[in-house]
Amino acid sequence: MHSAFAPASPQAHLVATLWWWMLGVGGAIWLAVIATMLYVTLARRGRRGPDDLQHVPDATRRRMERVVLGAGSLTVLVLAAFLVFDFSVGHALAQHPQRALTIDITGHQWWWEAEYEDPDPSKRLTTANEIHVPTGEPVQFKLRSADVIHSFWAPNLNGKKDLIPGYLSTLWFEADTAGVYRGQCAEFCGLQHAKMAFYVVAEPRAKFQAWLAAGAQSPPPPTDSTQLYGQRVFLSSGCAVCHTIGGTAAQAFVGPPLTHVMSRATIAAGALANTRANLMAWITNPQAIKPGARMPAVPLTGPQLAALVDYLGTLK
Amino acid sequence: MTSSQREPMLPAETTLSEEEVAREAAALDRVWAGRPGFWGWLTAVDHKSIGKRYLVTTFAMFLAGGILAAFMRTQLMRPENTVLGPDRYNQVFTVHGTTMMFLFAVPVMTAMGIYFVPLMVGARNIAFPRANAFGYWTYFVGVVFLYVSLIANTGPDTGWFAYVPLSGPQYSPGHRVDVWAQLVTFTEIAALIAAVNVIVTVFKLRSPGMSLNRLPLFVWAQLVVSFMIVFAMPAVAAGSTLMLGLDRTVNSHWFNPAEGGDALLWQHIFWFFGHPEVYIIFLPALGFITPIVETFARRKVFGYTALVMSNITTAFFAFGLWVHHMFATPIPELGQSLFTAASMVIAIPTGVQIFCWLATLWAGRAELRVPLLFVLGFIFTFVIGGISGVMLASVAFDKQAHDTFFVVAHLHYVLLGGGVMPLFGAFYFWFPKITGRMLDETLGKLHFWLFVIGVNVTFFPMHVLGLEGMPRRVYTYLESTGWGSLNLVATLGAYTIALSVIVFLVNAIRSWWGGEVAGANPWNSSGLEWATTSPPPPYNFVHVPVTTSRHPLWDTTVELPVLSGLRTDRREVLVTTTFDARPDYRHEDPAPSIWPLYLALCMGLTFIGGIFSPYLVVVGLALTLPGLFGLAWQSITNHRGPDHVDAPQALAETA
Repeated sequence: MHSAFAPASPQAHLVATLWWWMLGVGGAIWLAVIATMLYVTLARRGRRGPDDLQHVPDATRRRMERVVLGAGSLTVLVLAAFLVFDFSVGHALAQHPQRALTIDITGHQWWWEAEYEDPDPSKRLTTANEIHVPTGEPVQFKLRSADVIHSFWAPNLNGKKDLIPGYLSTLWFEADTAGVYRGQCAEFCGLQHAKMAFYVVAEPRAKFQAWLAAGAQSPPPPTDSTQLYGQRVFLSSGCAVCHTIGGTAAQAFVGPPLTHVMSRATIAAGALANTRANLMAWITNPQAIKPGARMPAVPLTGPQLAALVDYLGTLK
Repeated sequence: MTSSQREPMLPAETTLSEEEVAREAAALDRVWAGRPGFWGWLTAVDHKSIGKRYLVTTFAMFLAGGILAAFMRTQLMRPENTVLGPDRYNQVFTVHGTTMMFLFAVPVMTAMGIYFVPLMVGARNIAFPRANAFGYWTYFVGVVFLYVSLIANTGPDTGWFAYVPLSGPQYSPGHRVDVWAQLVTFTEIAALIAAVNVIVTVFKLRSPGMSLNRLPLFVWAQLVVSFMIVFAMPAVAAGSTLMLGLDRTVNSHWFNPAEGGDALLWQHIFWFFGHPEVYIIFLPALGFITPIVETFARRKVFGYTALVMSNITTAFFAFGLWVHHMFATPIPELGQSLFTAASMVIAIPTGVQIFCWLATLWAGRAELRVPLLFVLGFIFTFVIGGISGVMLASVAFDKQAHDTFFVVAHLHYVLLGGGVMPLFGAFYFWFPKITGRMLDETLGKLHFWLFVIGVNVTFFPMHVLGLEGMPRRVYTYLESTGWGSLNLVATLGAYTIALSVIVFLVNAIRSWWGGEVAGANPWNSSGLEWATTSPPPPYNFVHVPVTTSRHPLWDTTVELPVLSGLRTDRREVLVTTTFDARPDYRHEDPAPSIWPLYLALCMGLTFIGGIFSPYLVVVGLALTLPGLFGLAWQSITNHRGPDHVDAPQALAETA
């Protein structure tokens, strides 16, 4: 789901209501203007001589003045009403909650890093491109950028907010309907601006809590020999230079953390469904799927690739 | 004649015989003729030659930008299309935006001003003819530079807005963004020159009797916009040439947060220019509408004062809206609400203007010729863009719609509806004046219908796409997003627009050579530009017209009063006082000159060379010096006879 027409939070509901009102009133104004235009040009053709350049009679002129003045005043009134409506919606959206689950979002070219704040560092969870939130409670986002300007936008849940280097911006919403909502970077950020998506998974508190607890754990070490070989490939072929896998020596944050990569529905910031075939295609030649992406093609033999993907498959 | 008289021409009325007129015209022909051949083309300083050149070049840029748009629409026609890769797409959308804003929309509006303002105020030439030529050549250097870069795969690729840090040295190494920054410089200089020229022409070269309250609304719009250019353009020139340029070439840190710079500062500077820019395009287009409505309703426009005040109000408010491009940035909500209010208020003067035109049509009898059709198309289309603009003024709503296809829809409704439709109307209306021939009415109607339908089919679906989550500036989208079908509709609409423009091209080319001969005033219109032949002679009017009303050709029952007494043995123009347009003194206009072209080339070398090596800046500046001396020397040697004569006295004697 990815649409401002289907709000799933009180915040997005408010904006949608504002939108439908503005559309209704604006549409009515447009119809009135066009009807007037057609009336004055078509219905009145041929009523007077073609080259009648005489002054308009005073009575007509006064009528014109009244009509133009009336239309102008009506414009002012409608705009004033819009203004009050907008300020009231803006006021409601600006009321940040006192206590809220806080998620730190960092925009990277071209993926999203999400860190769940917790006073206990061992419970802090860092993930990428798939953000789980509990329904029915406010969630606050702290937005930063690691490189250029990005913009965080999940239209079903709230408006967008820019991530600007050197600035901290904040955004909050309260998902009221469980579901998976798509979002996408909204500020042009370079070659793969088009493929910088994320998903917000809104779920009941219990389910969210379970996800959070599982996420903070490192995945169990691989057991069979192919998976072990796959882990060695991961640690020795360059993958670990950019990626993190909890419980291993791979602890870099250039690319998305892969600790629980198999729990995510997509890879490459929403560019591909997370299937075995897609994983292999992505690792073999990421530039074919996201030209310009920071991930280089990793030269691997067939068995190496198969073992690597087997190992990644254990990271649930 | 005493200086207290309000109408200085009245006591000296005489009628000239046809022979005398013919003799004077022949003398003027000799004095004002340009040099022959290709050299004459390079040295031209006649505002009509420069204006025509500008119009043709800007229209070529409209075609070039349109072709780029067609590529984009073809790429986005279906999900995961492969017509353009991300690298090409980013260059194409950047050059499309840059072309349409900097090389088409702003200069085409100033080009209309350069061609028509002197004619409409009854002047022999524009105030600074050589600077005018220099402005055109500067612009032309920019055009060539940008397109050579694009073809050489070094086209700018960070958007026409070039947000830092993406456009900074770290994320955009190479010269692509330098090309953008310098191109902006060229167009700024050209626009500033045109603006100063129009301001001085309007204030000092008006026909005697054309006090400011008799100034045609077309000229009012040009005057107001020229002031806007003077205030808006230096912001972006400082931002792009100076700050971004220095960040990129000598590692200054204006926009680098790691060294105490500010990435948001660029957005303030850019939009402080960028928002007025929209009105710099829009207001001249509104200026075209009044004479068209008056002519085809056969009524003087309703609410002249209201229209003038609307122009000025719009210009003021245009400088107080820029933050509405930045509602998604971390600017405090209370500060943003000021810009919401200003963005809504600016709808009022525009609304008032539309109401005045509708009232004029109501009082009259609309004759549905092609220029008026385009005005109706303007109202039909632009009002949608105006209403979506009011929606976007709301911070809450804008945070959903900002940087999505909703905004793409809005801005094209405003610029195509509010800018290009009146411009096409103006082309049909004034083409006979420029070429002496009428455009074909049937092809014109076909052009109109295809264009209006094409624009609406292309851009209306984009409102929906934006709210369904499609961001701007994406080179592709996944099939699972469900955006495919509306994008296909939009692309088909874009092809319809292309078809309509081809129809217009065919019409223009056919009519230029074989169209119906127009005569001086084919529409029976009221402005001074229709008081001379089509096309006008190099000196515009054999005798400087005297203005006694806002609609000189409608209010004069017998013959237009004119003033004689300007010398015919040198290029002499009449300078009048700023407010009341009383004759003040006579001024000698410069002869054709090669130096404007030479200087523009030197400046091109300086700015373009500066991208590659600081030494080329020195070389370019050194080469500029002889050009400046040449220009000054020409002024000294061309001077024949006394200047700055106490004109009212002299004129009264000779008339």
